[in-house]
Amino acid sequence: MSSSASATSRLSVMSMAASLPSVGGYSSAASSIYAKRNTTNILERHLNKTRGTEVSVNAFAFLFSEMLQYTQKRVNGIQDLERKLNELGYRVGIRALDLLVWRDKNSKRETRVLGMLYFIHTTVWKTMFGKQADSLEKSTENEDEYMISDNDPMVSKFISIPKDVSQLNCGAFMAGIVEAIMDGCQFPSRVTAHTVPIDSFPLRTTILIKLDREVLDREEQLK
Amino acid sequence: MTKQYKTLGDDIWKNKVEKINAELFTLTYGSIVAQLVKDYEDFTEVNKQLEKMGYNIGTRLIEDFLARSGVGRCQDFRETAEMVSKVGFKMFLNITPAVTNISADGREFSLVLDENPLAECVELPDQALVDELWYSNILCGVLRGSLEMVQMQVDAFFVTDTLRGDDMTEIRVKLIRYLEEEVPAGED
Repeated sequence: MSSSASATSRLSVMSMAASLPSVGGYSSAASSIYAKRNTTNILERHLNKTRGTEVSVNAFAFLFSEMLQYTQKRVNGIQDLERKLNELGYRVGIRALDLLVWRDKNSKRETRVLGMLYFIHTTVWKTMFGKQADSLEKSTENEDEYMISDNDPMVSKFISIPKDVSQLNCGAFMAGIVEAIMDGCQFPSRVTAHTVPIDSFPLRTTILIKLDREVLDREEQLK
Repeated sequence: MTKQYKTLGDDIWKNKVEKINAELFTLTYGSIVAQLVKDYEDFTEVNKQLEKMGYNIGTRLIEDFLARSGVGRCQDFRETAEMVSKVGFKMFLNITPAVTNISADGREFSLVLDENPLAECVELPDQALVDELWYSNILCGVLRGSLEMVQMQVDAFFVTDTLRGDDMTEIRVKLIRYLEEEVPAGED
């Protein structure tokens, strides 16, 4: 999944329309009038208009649970379900990235792996989930693996997992968001979510980021 | 009377509700709609699915609402309208749509949303405009589901939507009938 969205300062249109497929052909003057009216409106909105707005966590929890139920009916297997959640998170991530980078006071683009991961660990987590992620670790076994952990992920808080699908992790949604942000900043990688419960935090989720070969090569060159 | 609902709604929002970033919510909803469009490719079907999802949410949301607000039964449908707009919407979405166009017999009303957190920064493709996609149709389902759980069968549907180029976003809610409490079979 490669995304060409790059974090530039160009005023980007967060248009859902870009990814909605067009069905069939049509040509109608009335519709293009609609399109014109909408386009000018959406481009004139200030991007900070919705900054800091809030909704209740219940609303999000209900929405997420419906999303899960809907996806569950259309897949077979846990892997497939996690992949679909990842896809849904991906769409959120590419759009969130533009907003986050535009609003970030530090206007320099991240080119180093550690800087990028730090950005995700602090800024992304803080804006999306209201707090920084709980830890950022480098794997000792593999060069290309990093882990970001969240002790109490908001998305999984209200989901109860039945025994027969105990391997499912709804953090796959968060993993999708992270994957989109990594791709968007030119750090292609594979991102997955794993539950790593410890004593005081049974819901602790670790996001495992496995960087692609090219990122490591580039990192070597930059050293 | 509306004043007290407004203060109640504000109070619950300020004190009893845990809050999250609205943009995450908006983007998640957009992702869901995009997924539905990809799966169904027919916008009327997408509308139906959104309404169904909303109905499922509504049946559970009403309990959360009653638990948090602790309000009693509404005297008439007008009061229901005020409750929904001042307390319900405020509690979950932090908006208070205006109640307008109450019909003479008091069995219909309109909710006019001046801001819709589900549809921030959304632009519909032309095909969706032609085929009548109601982007926030999940709200209609939520209304239908939650009111059915309190013995009111209603019909909720969008009349206008700013995403489609109209001036405002309006949901019309019609009371069809009050439902009788049914004794479950087997109990006497």
